[in-house]
Amino acid sequence: MAKANSDSDTETETDANAGNGGEHDGVRIDLISGERLDDLASMEKVRTILDGVRDGNIVVLEQGLSPDEESRLIEVTMSEIDPNEFTGIEIETYPRPDSGGGLFGRLMGRNDTAKLTVIGPADRIQTLHKDETLISALITRR
Amino acid sequence: MGLLTGLKKSLTQLFSGGATQRRIGIYGPPNAGKTTLANRISRDWTGDAVGPESHIPHETRRARRKENVEIKRNGKSVTIDVVDTPGVTTKVDYAEFMEHDMEKDDAVRRSREATEGVAEAMHWLREDIDGVIYVLDSADDPFTQVNTMLIGIIESRDIPVLIFANKTDLEEASVTRIANAFPQHETVPLSALHGSNMDEVYDKIAEYFG
Ligand SMILES: Nc1nc2c(ncn2[C@@H]2O[C@H](COP(=O)(O)OP(=O)(O)O)[C@@H](O)[C@H]2O)c(=O)[nH]1
Ligand SMILES: [Mg+2]
Repeated sequence: MAKANSDSDTETETDANAGNGGEHDGVRIDLISGERLDDLASMEKVRTILDGVRDGNIVVLEQGLSPDEESRLIEVTMSEIDPNEFTGIEIETYPRPDSGGGLFGRLMGRNDTAKLTVIGPADRIQTLHKDETLISALITRR
Repeated sequence: MGLLTGLKKSLTQLFSGGATQRRIGIYGPPNAGKTTLANRISRDWTGDAVGPESHIPHETRRARRKENVEIKRNGKSVTIDVVDTPGVTTKVDYAEFMEHDMEKDDAVRRSREATEGVAEAMHWLREDIDGVIYVLDSADDPFTQVNTMLIGIIESRDIPVLIFANKTDLEEASVTRIANAFPQHETVPLSALHGSNMDEVYDKIAEYFG
């Protein structure tokens, strides 16, 4: 990663090089493409997300997770919560469209996991509004 | 109930000699009335309770089960294991517990137990549960991320699920709002606290999980 080349000393918020939380004043957002996530096994996806979130980053998944992966994400999050440093995650996705298809739908290859998902540290992200078509979140600095 | 669920169920029963105890997990957000419901079912059919109910969120920190609950319906009987789980969330802040006049150590210990219990309940949902009663507080907005995710997880496992719209005794209760949020599932209204509509509750349990 390139060294911060900014000569303006106050504008850290716009510093594109804001790294792993650390001393930076900004909020880092990782937008992970569906393609990149596709190459990972379920637990690797969960690990990637939680590593990012535990560093204080906001992780945005272009394609979201499958229900099974979501349940693993909740399980692993719960086992890593530590009252002194990690209070868990906030996760928001658009609702799945009416899943009337059930198992048949899935067998027919309908991809109902393709939905944008935003995940962040519970103590830094707060959902302001959510409906079928809009998620609005407030991200605070540490 | 879906064709495949029914088929899967008959096969399971066939291969286990028909004697399988169906484990019914009571899931839902904290404070929806899961333990109150589990206790009522358990008391109605066995005489004992499952565990303490409480206005403190996460009172049920470890899942508790009551085995061999035999429910008799129309000359038929169904035997289930009732598993009361801690409310599923994605975050736990021990400060929440301290608002309930708890010492810090106690709050930290409770929050740790709560997270272990939720992890366990999630694990079971993938491995060990044959049917789900999803309990919601009818006075609350059902349209939350956790509810959507959990229902999605349950659907993906293709296990039978009933939505229980609890606390119908409250003035702000809206069963319609819950039914509209999950139109693909059957919603049963009840008040677990006052025991209203329990006949329908047991009819549906026998129909879906018997
Ligand atoms: N008004 C009303 N309160 C209820 C009902 N069922 C449970 N409660 C109350 O809701 C609170 C949480 O109940 P509990 O069973 O511990 O919820 P859990 O966290 O889902 O296990 C307690 O104060 C219960 O008395 C109900 O049907 N009506
Ligand atoms: Mg409980």
